[in-house]
Amino acid sequence: MNPALEFRAVSYHIGGNKILDDLSFRLNPGRTLVLLGRSGSGKTTALKMLNGLLFPTAGGVLVENRATTDWDLIQLRRGIGYVIQEVGLFPHFTIGENVGLVPRLKGWPRERVTSRVAELLQQVGLDPAQFLHRYPRQLSGGQRQRVGVARALVAEPKLLLFDEPFGALDPVTRVELQDQFLELRDRLQITSLFVTHDVREALRLGTEIALLDRGRLEVLTTPAQFVDSTGQEARAFLSTL
Amino acid sequence: MIPPYLWQEMAQLTGEHLILVLSSMAIAVGAGLPLGILLTRRPALRPGLLGFANVMQTIPSLALFGFLIPIPFIGGIGKRTAIVALVLYALLPILRNTLTGILGVDAAVRESAIAMGMTDRQLLWEVELPLAAPTIIAGMRIATVTTIGTATIAAAIGGGGLGVFIFRGIASVDTTQILAGAIPAALLALVSDGGFSWIERRFSVS
Repeated sequence: MNPALEFRAVSYHIGGNKILDDLSFRLNPGRTLVLLGRSGSGKTTALKMLNGLLFPTAGGVLVENRATTDWDLIQLRRGIGYVIQEVGLFPHFTIGENVGLVPRLKGWPRERVTSRVAELLQQVGLDPAQFLHRYPRQLSGGQRQRVGVARALVAEPKLLLFDEPFGALDPVTRVELQDQFLELRDRLQITSLFVTHDVREALRLGTEIALLDRGRLEVLTTPAQFVDSTGQEARAFLSTL
Repeated sequence: MIPPYLWQEMAQLTGEHLILVLSSMAIAVGAGLPLGILLTRRPALRPGLLGFANVMQTIPSLALFGFLIPIPFIGGIGKRTAIVALVLYALLPILRNTLTGILGVDAAVRESAIAMGMTDRQLLWEVELPLAAPTIIAGMRIATVTTIGTATIAAAIGGGGLGVFIFRGIASVDTTQILAGAIPAALLALVSDGGFSWIERRFSVS
């Protein structure tokens, strides 16, 4: 099987700092890989290489067997859903316009955008009639991140990137959104990368877990096997459970 | 308060004043807005352009009008020189507010826009300019109000406008003529300030 994405000996050095150091792994289609690590371990940097917000200083990142440097970046990005902790909704767009942005950029006909947006809001548990015409500032943090997830999913992406999406939410809302993530993960089976520093979240959401320690991959395994890892950093994370 | 024999001249000079202000603002916005956008894309140009606009603004207005007179093509006596001076004066607030307005757009919003596959042009027109609009308009507001005031000095180099009344009134110690220039100029400034503040509110998101 061709991997959906692949890191080939990727390094990212900036001003003498090795943010990523010789990182290699591949991920098969439909799987969800959680990148686990402390702050500064390079996990966000690795994530941003997939949608061409950053490029390796050595090695290559491949999406569908093509290096990100060979992709038309606009096309690459429009095929990838991106969810970040700060959500990043456009404050001057309604919820409907926010969710419908990528389909509109892709030139979908208006009716298809409208029905797809309503469908997606429904899927993330927001009533379209109630939310379509509201503005982001009128929503709670949890509702905003639901919109963020709907926005990422709306244009049928081949890849989803999550950068600590639930990190700023209260514990109860976080678990609700994690449940929803699992439901979508199992139903849609879209290849996903999920960055977190929370080992509990990693064990819950990943079909595999990659542990980064100062830019190096310490271990890549399934959640079931991760709990038995003997690596130093893995033990450090598991001791927080 | 202003005697009827001055009314006709007052109307004419107010018209001249408006033309001075409107043409300088049109040029200053036409140049300052694109240049401000350029500065957001080319940080290396910032010290040079902002420095130039800064220096222009530090020169006392009467001196700036004077400096321009001997310069060929743009100088001389009259409206053209006055407009050049007013444009140079209005440039800084427009340039600076365009730059700070666009740079002030939330980093997470900008990153989302790029990550969703917006082109640079779409990022500018659909995200950066709408969100920076209140700041940019505030710059135009400051520039316009200052230009209305500064344009009274244009009369000193034969540029016309309401300053004609003021300078003549001072020379002939005639308070009525000074007021016939000063009152309409102050009203123009107040009205445009109010107008811009209304537009600014319409464009603000929250």
